[in-house]
Order: sequence, then structure tokens, then C-alpha cells
Amino acid sequence: MSSLDKETVRKIAFLSRIKVSEEELGELAGDLTRILDFIEELQEVDVEGAAPLTSVADLTLPLRKDEVTDGNIQQKVLANAPKTDAGCFVVPKVIE
Amino acid sequence: MTYILEGSTGPWEIVVGLEVHCQIIAHSKLFSGASAQFGSEANNNVSLVDAAMPGMLPVINAECVRQAVKTGLGLKAKINHESVFSRKNYFYADLPQGYQISQFDKPIVGEGTIILDMPDGSTKAVGIERLHLEQDAGKSMHDQDPKYSHIDLNRSGVALMEIVSMPDIRSPEEAGAYLTKMRAIVRYLGTCDGNMNEGSMRCDANVSVRRAGAEFGTRCEIKNVNSIRFVMQAIEIEAMRQIEVIEGGGEIIQETRLFDPKLGETRSMRSKEMAHDYRYFPDPDLLPLVFDEAFVSEIEKTLPELPDEKKARFMREYGLSAYDAGVLVAEQEKAVFYERVAKGRDGKMAANWVITNLFGALNKLGVDVSESPVTAENLGKLIGLIGDDTISGRIAKDVFEIMIETGKDPEAIVEEKGLKQITDTGAIETAIDEVIAANPDKVEEIREGKDRMLGWFVGQVMKSTGGKANPAMVNKMLRDKILG
Amino acid sequence: MTDLTNLTLADARDGLAKGDYTSVELTEAHIASMAAQRKLNAYITETPEQALEMAKASDTKRAKGEAGKMEGLPIAIKDLFCTENVQTTAASHILEGFIPQYESTVTANLFGNGAVMLGKTNLDEFAMGSSNMTSYYGNVINPWKGKDGKDLVPGGSSGGSAAAVAGRMALAATGTDTGGSIRQPAAYCGIVGLKPTYGRCSRWGVVAFASSLDQAGPMTRTVRDAAIMLGAMAGHDAKDSTSAPMAVPDFEAALSGDIRGMKIGIPKEYRVDGMPDEIARLWDDGVAMLRDAGADVVDITLPHTKYALPTYYIVAPAEASSNLARYDGVRFGQRVMEDGDSLDDMYMKTRAAGFGKEVQRRIMIGTYVLSAGYYDAYYNKALKVRRRIYEDFANAFGTVDAVLTPTAPSAAFAVGENSDDPVKMYLNDVFTVPASLAGLPGLSVPTGLSDNGLPLGLQLIGKPFDEETVIRIGGVLETAAGFDAKPAGLEG
Ligand SMILES: [Mg+2]
Ligand SMILES: [Zn+2]
Repeated sequence: MSSLDKETVRKIAFLSRIKVSEEELGELAGDLTRILDFIEELQEVDVEGAAPLTSVADLTLPLRKDEVTDGNIQQKVLANAPKTDAGCFVVPKVIE
Repeated sequence: MTYILEGSTGPWEIVVGLEVHCQIIAHSKLFSGASAQFGSEANNNVSLVDAAMPGMLPVINAECVRQAVKTGLGLKAKINHESVFSRKNYFYADLPQGYQISQFDKPIVGEGTIILDMPDGSTKAVGIERLHLEQDAGKSMHDQDPKYSHIDLNRSGVALMEIVSMPDIRSPEEAGAYLTKMRAIVRYLGTCDGNMNEGSMRCDANVSVRRAGAEFGTRCEIKNVNSIRFVMQAIEIEAMRQIEVIEGGGEIIQETRLFDPKLGETRSMRSKEMAHDYRYFPDPDLLPLVFDEAFVSEIEKTLPELPDEKKARFMREYGLSAYDAGVLVAEQEKAVFYERVAKGRDGKMAANWVITNLFGALNKLGVDVSESPVTAENLGKLIGLIGDDTISGRIAKDVFEIMIETGKDPEAIVEEKGLKQITDTGAIETAIDEVIAANPDKVEEIREGKDRMLGWFVGQVMKSTGGKANPAMVNKMLRDKILG
Repeated sequence: MTDLTNLTLADARDGLAKGDYTSVELTEAHIASMAAQRKLNAYITETPEQALEMAKASDTKRAKGEAGKMEGLPIAIKDLFCTENVQTTAASHILEGFIPQYESTVTANLFGNGAVMLGKTNLDEFAMGSSNMTSYYGNVINPWKGKDGKDLVPGGSSGGSAAAVAGRMALAATGTDTGGSIRQPAAYCGIVGLKPTYGRCSRWGVVAFASSLDQAGPMTRTVRDAAIMLGAMAGHDAKDSTSAPMAVPDFEAALSGDIRGMKIGIPKEYRVDGMPDEIARLWDDGVAMLRDAGADVVDITLPHTKYALPTYYIVAPAEASSNLARYDGVRFGQRVMEDGDSLDDMYMKTRAAGFGKEVQRRIMIGTYVLSAGYYDAYYNKALKVRRRIYEDFANAFGTVDAVLTPTAPSAAFAVGENSDDPVKMYLNDVFTVPASLAGLPGLSVPTGLSDNGLPLGLQLIGKPFDEETVIRIGGVLETAAGFDAKPAGLEG
């Protein structure tokens, strides 16, 4: 059931924002199909009544006090940026 | 009152649902301790969490949770004691994590209601589908450089409430009334400052058209319209466009559109349509948000009197019309001002003065009630002066003019300008006698039955007393003298 | 190798306290060992100068009588922990040159307790792998050699840490474990690896792979050392919402040596088809050792065991696909773009060049299982099976105190083996993944050698936040096994 065609892989690659060449597409489709076949085994498990387990932490969300305890570290925020200008990160022009 | 758009093939009804993003009033961001304030230097109110540095983790701000619950209570909505944060995954320059932490299938607030106050004094209930908490994105700036965009993350991670209405809205006016009411409620609650032009309240409109009573049509989402007026315009323009498309044999495709107020049109935002797959899943960095009834009731205790309750009370206590009460409660400052004017006085008269005279004058000056040169105390005093016959209603208008100009106490103005009403019969009699003596022919006319000449005499007496004579007394004494 | 690099963490701690040597001397010995064994490629970044500074400061602190739990002890840090002002790569090209402006909570705890950092160890890229073959900075070579003398993998993903500890290039090292990344390399390198309960150690400042599974832990040469180090790493952290608000017990005190009357479960589902004889024998020997020590060994069932791997290979990539979205060439790390490229062009080129093949595969699988139309069939289904696996353990722990299994299905394999097929590689984690999915503590202890003369480990799985029990049983197993073999070249 879970054989991935090139078109699907192209779509996943775009959603993942990973450039994949035309030649790589076929090999990737093979690899991903093998992985999907492997995880396909789950379909046979009866999970009737099982609530999805999203976290094993047996806790509820801890709440933080509303205080300004962070920020004012522009230099640290920008320290590793490939390109900055006037205190901003710089990216190729975005057309909206 | 049904709103109908007339197409070439017949009448159309419009169906609108609104999604409003409200920036929550809090000191710090939803998931980080950086300041939530705007207007700082670029990337200054940014923590390493907001910049999505490797290994950084979100911790939720308790105040934002309280504010969301408070807003939910204000919308008479179901508060969900357990809600879940999910990641909405997409790549964008101002979205540092590559996902927005939002709420998907389990929002903090469920269904509620909002009552619209229409201009004709009628009301209409619009359903609220949900309210959820989420992070704001950063800001992209495109004018700095021909080839590059600049990214400032100061806004990244600021807490938003997204409030989604049911598709219950049927006209641009209702959409306007919805936003006006929503703004009033969040302002009353102190959960959002409601400033649309500063972006702390933003609106997306889902618009479709249908034949009366038919199934819903395909909707288009108009993104980020930044004033109530523009939302109303955008809805009408988009509805007309859809009608034209359908009547021309075309089909509406579900898409995101942008409203251009300058060109008066909406246009497709194809860039956003590329691949619409947000891959929502529960954020594994955050656990379910759970609170008990005590948490909610603590918040409930802090709720102020909200516009609907206030309106009902104004109608009940001060005998106001639905319309007047609606105008007064639309903004909390106005309502508070009015009550200070009306306390212990004639409520209807106070409403008239506040709405017609004061708001009219403030409108001309272009200032808010909070900046009014006339204080509530002074306006109250002015109404008091009319009530105890110290001045006439006409003189009061002159005094009010001076108050608007100078901000002075009306009692001082009346004193200074000698505007006190003349109620001394002797003084009025003298004035009447003078007018009668000077116009014997006219006196004759009245005696011959020309009753309406009496009004002319009243005017003359008022004029000769500089408007200060008590008009009722003048009237009675004139009648007695000429006809009696 | 000098005597100083052969010390256990506990002995070194006691020797420093007695004044037998200084931290500077200990650190210098390890710096020399690190330099001498560079060909094993255990470290991505060595920080000898910083290490010596820390050692000097530590000696001064000790002189003032202010020694912490790990005072003056030189250790290695997996290059997945962000370290302030020291390059942190996650073994990925995309983070090459990234200098964090912050210190992870775990390393801050360790340094606050006096530990000295020797450098940042190699790993599988973004901790995705079981062989250390996926590192952008080259694979790590296991200090152990089989009879044929071939270069072997150290396991993964914490393979650099395991190799550094086994090869005496550090007294101990931090690891992280998502599906077995501490325990499996520990077994392959003949050392002790402890994955604590999920929530025991803070994840703040650790480059995320799969947030609901990632957990930091110690990699050491003895169980006692693991207990000491865990005590110095663990603790509640308000910056991590999934961190458990629990006190840190004295783990070392758990090493009473007495397991009489304890109930230890042997899950029949772990006796998989084709299990090599040497692994089966190792397991049986372990059972005998625990019985001899007075434990009550019983058969148990963990019925959903065979579904753990497929579950893991949905949940972990799904979370990873989202966690790794932040590597976009905007705020840190590498950026690849040409003039005239759009934002999407930049994203796509940066991520294609910055991520290796295995990382790309996992991001795409994760993207796929979360995408519209597949969420319920894959991701949500996996979460439900995860619930079943969790319940299996909860049921078992109704009757037993701990579970004993092999750590890995084989000994370390040769460099280059198993890399033709991603799925084949995934099978290395078959015994470690279930405890990860259930968030349980797991300890790998070396207890024997393979026919080829390579170390093999047994795994003890405990109840949530009951690391003390696995440490106690692990200590007994360690003593009984008397494992004292060393990698080639270290015998003398
Ligand atoms: Mg929306
Ligand atoms: Zn939203």
C-alpha cells in the first residue's frame, strides 16, 4: 500500500524545504518506501480504546509568572546570524 | 433587517465568519520572559527562545492563560479545563521555529456568544466557535533594501488570542458591529487594548454568498484587514466579486485573498497557497494545560460589569432608550463619564447632554472622552444649574460653549458673566411694561385674537433681559397683562 | 595510557580529595590521551586550553574547601549539548561554526559541580543513528578490535562519548538517548550507560531530536560512576516544562550490593527470532548472576514489544521533522544561496547541503506521517500503540522491580556494514527503544565478551524515577560479571 511515487516525494521534499535533484528523487522514493513498509506493521495492532500517548511525563503544564526576565540581548540573538543589518536578520526579499 | 445584494440574476445573501487575533495584555511573552512591548529597537525584546536557538524550550506565561479564560468568560463561553498546544508547521522568514505554537483540536475556550448592538437599536446574537492561545510571528520589512528583507523578532512569541466566530454574520454592518462589540468587551476586560491600527487587534474575514435559505457557498478568507471600516468594505467588495463570478458562470475557489483599500478590490494571495499542509501535532515540549474550577472562579471574581449588563442597567436605572444606553456603554470611559454626570440627576437629560452636546463637541475637536476639556463633575453641575432654574436651557448651551473652550466651572462662568436667570417678578414686570408701552398696536392685535403674537412679545422680553429672564414666568406674566 | 586515565570517576574523586594529584594533572593526562588517539575521531572539538583553565580554577576552589560533587574531574560532553562560547554542531554541517551564547542546564549543572570539560564528542548527525556513521565530521572508530582487526563502529548516537570513555580519553562523558543512544554505544564499547527516566535531566540547551523521547544521561566505566555523575546532572529545571519537579536522590547510596528478594522480570518477547547464541548466553548468564545474588527472577510478558521499533520510527521522525525546521539559514548555522534566490530557494539549498542523507530521510518520513490524510493512519496510530507499550510496562511493574534484557542484538559491527539499508540499521535499537517509548530508566552494564572478543551488555529497565533500583541491581551484575577486559592497546 505504501509505495511512494516521485510526485509524492517531491511534495514531501518541498514541505520539508529540502532540495532534491531529479536523480535523487528515485533513490529517495525507494528508501522512504522501505521505511514505510517497515512501519506499516503497526496497522495490525488493535488499539481500540487506547488514548494517544503524547508525553510520558505524568505532569500538567507548569505555569510561569508574568515577569520580564529575558531579552535585551540583541548581540547574543544576532551573534550567529549569517547576515544581519541594522539589528535585523537579513533574508532574500520576501514577496507577499 | 435582511441585507441583500442584488445580482443580475436575483438577490444574494452574504455569509461571514470572522477570525479576530487579539494581542493579550501581559508584561512578557507567551512562552518566554522577554518583554511583550512594541516600539523597542529591533530584536531587543527577544530571548533565545523567541529566536528559536537550538535546544530552547517554551514555558507558558500564567497571566496569558488567565487573560484567555477571562476573555472566554466575557464571551459567555465554555472554558475547557484541559486544553492542548499544537505545532502549526510552515516555513516563513518571520517564523523562527518553523512552526507556530497554537491550539488545534483542544482550545482553551469553546463555544460562546456575542450580542451585536445594531444602529437601529436592535440586537443580534452571533456565536463564538472558539478562542485559542497562540504565538505571534515576527515582522518582515521589505523597504530597507532592494534585494533583501529585514527580520525583527520583537513581536515573535507575543501572546495572541484567536477568537473565531460562527458564520452567523449576514451584512457588513453586522461585521462592523461584531468588531466594535468585541473590541469593547476585551477593553472592558483589560485583556487586549483593541487597537486595530496598531495591529494589536487584527481581523480575517471568511466571506461567501448564497441564495436566501440555500446551503453555504464556498468561502474565501480575506487576511489581515486593519480597520473596522475596511473590514466592512472588504466584505461588500468580496461578496460582489463572488456574485459576479457565479453569475458569470464561474466557480468560487476556496483561497486566501488580500484587501487593497486603495484599489477597492480583493486579490488572490497565491504565494500562501503553495502547499497548505500545516501538519498540526501536539507540541511535545508542552504538556496539556489543565486547571480546576477554583482557577476559573478566581478569575470570575475579577470580571467587571460588561457592556451588555451595563446597557441593561442604564436602561433600568436611568430610563434610557436602548440606543442611548448602547452608545454610552460602547466604551467603558464613556459609560463611566456618563454615570458621573448622571448620578443624582435626571438620567435622560444627562444622557442627552453627554451624547448630543459633549460627544458632538469632542467629535469636532477630534479628542477622546478621556481628553475632554469638560469634566464629568462640571457637566453635572451645568445640568444641576438647569435643574434648579439657575439658568435656562438656552443659556446652558452658551455656558457649555465656554466650558468647552476654557474648561471652566459652569458656576463660575454663570457668576462671572452674570447669566443667572431672572426670577424676580419686579424686574420681569418692568421689562414687560417697557415692551408693551413701545408696541401698543401689537398689543391690540393680540387682544383681537392673534394669539401667536404672544410669542413675539416673549422673544422681545427675553432679548431685553439678555436671555436671562425665566421664559415660563415671562410667558405667564405677559398673558396676564395683555389678556388678563 | 597513564594510571591517571585508568582511574574510575569515584577513585579520581577520592584521589583528588586526598591530594594524591591535582585536577590539572588529571586533566593534562587526559588531554594527552585525547591527542594521542585522534585517529579514533571521538571528539569533534577538543578544548584543552579551556580544560586546563577549568582544572586550575577547580584546584583553587578545592584549596578553599569548596569541592563540588564532580570537582576537578575531566569529562567529555556530547556535541549535542549547547556549551557557551564553544562550537556546538550536533555533528551536522548545518551547525558548523555555531557558537551558543548559552550553556545547557545539564552541562551547567556538571560544571557547577566542578567537572572539567575536555571537549565535545562526536555523534550521529542530530543523534540520528546507531553507528556514528552519519556524522558530518567523520565516523568514530571503536577503541575495541575484533579478532580480524577490522575497524568497528562504536554504536550511536553517543558513539564519540562511548569511545572517549572506553579509550580513556575522558573519565566519563555525557550522552543523550532517544531510542538507545546511550545504552547501545555503551554496550558496543564495553562501558556503562544510563538513560534516566524521561524528565529526570533537563532538556534545556540540548539540541532536540525527538522532544518526547530525548533524555540526557551519564556514560562511565562503572555503575558507581554513573550514579555519581547522574547525581551531578539531574534535577528539576523550570526552563523545561517536561522536567520532573522531583528531588535528586543520593544515587551512589543505592549501591548496597543487596538485591535479595527483589523481583526481576525476563520478557519473553525479547527472545527474538535469530537472536545470536552469544547474546542468548549472555542473557542467561545474567539471569544466573542475579539468582545467585538472591533475586527472584520471573518470566513476564511485554506483548507489544515487536511494535516498538515501527512506533519509534514514526514518532521520532515526526517530532524531528518539526524540531529541525529551525535550521533554515536565517539566525544561525550555515546558509547556502546564490544571487537572485528566493527565500524558499535559500531554505531548500541550505537544508539540502546542511543535512546528511539519514537526517533528510527522517525529516521527510516525519513530514509524511504528519501530513494531511496520513496523520491518523501513521502518527496518531503510533501514539496509540505507544500507549499500549507504556501499559505493558506498567502491568509488568505491578509485579517486578526491574526488567533484564540484552542491550543490543549483536556486538559492534564493522565500519561500513549495515549502511546500505536504513531499516537494517534501525534494528540495532530493538531492545532499547521500548523503554524509551515508555520513558523508563535503562542501564546498560558490560557483562561479557562475544566470540569475537568484543564487549556485550545487558540492560536493566526500571520503574519511572526508580533509577536507584537499576543502579543497585546493575552494581550487583557488574560485580558478579567481573568484566575487566579493556580495548586493544589499553591492556597494559
Ligand atoms: Mg486562523
Ligand atoms: Zn491565528
